[in-house]
Amino acid sequence: MIDNKIAGLSGKEIGYLDMELLRFTTAGSVDDGKSTLIGRLLYDSKAIFEDQMEAIERASISRGGEEVNLALLTDGLRAEREQGITIDVAYRYFATPKRKFIIADTPGHIQYTRNMVTGASTANAAVILIDARNGVIEQTRRHAYIAALLQIPHVVVCVNKMDLVEFSQEVFEAIKKDFTEVAHKLGNNDVNFIPISAKLGDNVVDPSQHMDWYIGPTFIGLMETIPVGGDHNFSDPRFPVQYVIRPQSDQYHDYRGYAGRVAGGIFRVGQEVVALPGGQKTTIEGIDLGEQTLPIAFPPQSVTLRLAHEIDISRGSMIVDAVNQPVQGQEIDLMVCWLNSKPLQHRGKYLLKHTSNEMKCVVTEVAYKVNINTLEEIHDDTTIGLNEIAKISIKTTRPIFYDSYKKNRETGSLILIDEGTNNVVGAGMIL
Amino acid sequence: MELHTINHLRELEAESIFVIREVAAQFENPVMLFSGGKDSIVMFFLARKAFFPAKVPFPLMHIDTGHNFEETISYRDDLAEKTGTKMIVKYVQDSIDNGRAVEEKGVNASRNVLQTVTLLDAIEEMKFDCAMGGGRRDEEKARAKERFFSHRDEFGQWDPKNQRPELWNLFNGKKHIGEHFRVFPISNWTEMDVWQYILMENIPMPSLYFTHEREVFCRDGVWLATAPFMQLKPGEKAEVKRIRCRTIGDITCTGVALSEANTLEEIIQEVAASRVTERGGRADDKRSEAAMEDRKKEGYF
Ligand SMILES: Nc1nc2c(ncn2[C@@H]2O[C@H](COP(=O)(O)OP(=O)(O)O)[C@@H](O)[C@H]2O)c(=O)[nH]1
Ligand SMILES: [Mg+2]
Repeated sequence: MIDNKIAGLSGKEIGYLDMELLRFTTAGSVDDGKSTLIGRLLYDSKAIFEDQMEAIERASISRGGEEVNLALLTDGLRAEREQGITIDVAYRYFATPKRKFIIADTPGHIQYTRNMVTGASTANAAVILIDARNGVIEQTRRHAYIAALLQIPHVVVCVNKMDLVEFSQEVFEAIKKDFTEVAHKLGNNDVNFIPISAKLGDNVVDPSQHMDWYIGPTFIGLMETIPVGGDHNFSDPRFPVQYVIRPQSDQYHDYRGYAGRVAGGIFRVGQEVVALPGGQKTTIEGIDLGEQTLPIAFPPQSVTLRLAHEIDISRGSMIVDAVNQPVQGQEIDLMVCWLNSKPLQHRGKYLLKHTSNEMKCVVTEVAYKVNINTLEEIHDDTTIGLNEIAKISIKTTRPIFYDSYKKNRETGSLILIDEGTNNVVGAGMIL
Repeated sequence: MELHTINHLRELEAESIFVIREVAAQFENPVMLFSGGKDSIVMFFLARKAFFPAKVPFPLMHIDTGHNFEETISYRDDLAEKTGTKMIVKYVQDSIDNGRAVEEKGVNASRNVLQTVTLLDAIEEMKFDCAMGGGRRDEEKARAKERFFSHRDEFGQWDPKNQRPELWNLFNGKKHIGEHFRVFPISNWTEMDVWQYILMENIPMPSLYFTHEREVFCRDGVWLATAPFMQLKPGEKAEVKRIRCRTIGDITCTGVALSEANTLEEIIQEVAASRVTERGGRADDKRSEAAMEDRKKEGYF
């Protein structure tokens, strides 16, 4: 799968340097065992070092715990350790010989839904924990809904604390059935189930000795093999221009390059492209990455494109395939997750960021909000407060070039910023 | 459908280049902090890649405690000269001399904390609106929660419980006058990633990272290099050992490792086999369980 020549790899990279990257986010209710699972992964894959382990031991004992509490490893802020809860997204890292993993550990409390959305926005996979004793609860539905809304390509359901239900197959199968129903309704992608005990380590890194009836992979085995290659859009070429490179040196007197990160599709030298806005046609003359030149560029590469003609392109422009172009428009329908305690203002003006573009917009309509417990649409109450999800319409001051979020997570996402506080208040997914 | 993938190092590289370019595009007067350690060296080489064939469009800045390994300074000056990059140096000694910072006393005295004063003064004086740092989230548990674009109030302070949401690749550098941002382009790299990348790209490194003989002593289980401004406690004895640095920082609190690793491949093997984190040797982190969080709130790197 890994195309060494195209990715510009040297001989040295082949072998143990050649791992794929997988980003996943964790979701579960308080005490379902997220922190314990992550602690277990880091511990069993030997990503916990002795000095960290000693620090955890010290902290566990000083808090009156009898055994080492692996959750202390991820609960990094002072307030979290004091209250024994997770209050912000924490990023953790570990690697196996096959993959490097980035975990966004997000809290499960209701008031922290915004953190799950944050962690989910860049994730390849969502790991949803369910306490085997409680089964699919309201929170589980909420997490499945967010995973579907954010179009996370893979869902891994860990039925945890199997040790507390005597490792019962019936319990596992019943939860699997319940969740499958929910996922079917919501449209979750690629759902997988594993019975585990995060505390004892069953089916986390090593296969369980207590569940002969389970023949699937361990958690880590699954995470190592989930195919991530297709998680980006490879069919619709999109290149938001971030920065224009003009050296103006003697050696590179006429060099003019458009720097950015490929947001979709594949770009090739010689390909006919169009620059938006404007729509002038030209061809790709060269693709640069540092001192290297590349024949093609694809997501998520950061490169510099050189074009055959001098045309007016600056930050906020988008270079796209001449034939396959995004939608252009000023009136946009989207799902929004509200991230701020100050509610969404009807007819309110916000600053909008979409790809490398930035402009003002006004909220023209709030169609409905979603009751994320029952998943019903609420049409008669359209106050959108913190952690609420709604369908809204906005009008931008200039046209933007976009795809639906379903088609492309990069060109289909946007954020709303409050102009007074500069805070990010809304996360939008274009319909 | 035709699919392509890149390996983890290329993906991290792409992410960091994206972040560095965002900084150049979103801020008027950014600066890249340079400590002379491997993380800031890698960050700088990523910046060169991001803008090649143009020069890096912002200066580097070193907050110099005066307690350096000599090699750090010669590497720093060499790098600036060879790449034609502007290198600003600000001295902690100046902050002490003008009364803005007070030198710590005692055998464990370190200028590490004082760097914050010099850094914040420099940001204010030179009107920087963004300072990029080579901090990594895997280094320490408070860092694990920091955003790529980390907002600082007008006092340079970080409010960890009130961080702005950061979604997709949409980084928000909006701020009021007097506020600034710290941006961490290599947030998602681990120590291993950094070394593998250095090998892959063949980035020149200061000799300190490779095995060499040096006069050292052992304090609280950590090997430290001797220096004229370091006092030995009773019972501590200076001796010559073969060592290398795992991190390079202020000499007073940078633990060194007994090591024979002489090539990048050997360093990578050593990192892979290591059972202690690189910061395990840093006395500045051991001061309390929340030492890093407390320093960061005040405006530390
Ligand atoms: N018996 C049992 N207890 C578990 C398991 N996983 C987690 N726990 C316990 O459940 C409690 C909450 O775990 P924690 O990881 O902090 O949950 P979080 O709130 O989801 O991060 C702790 O006391 C754990 O020791 C498990 O598999 N079996
Ligand atoms: Mg937790």
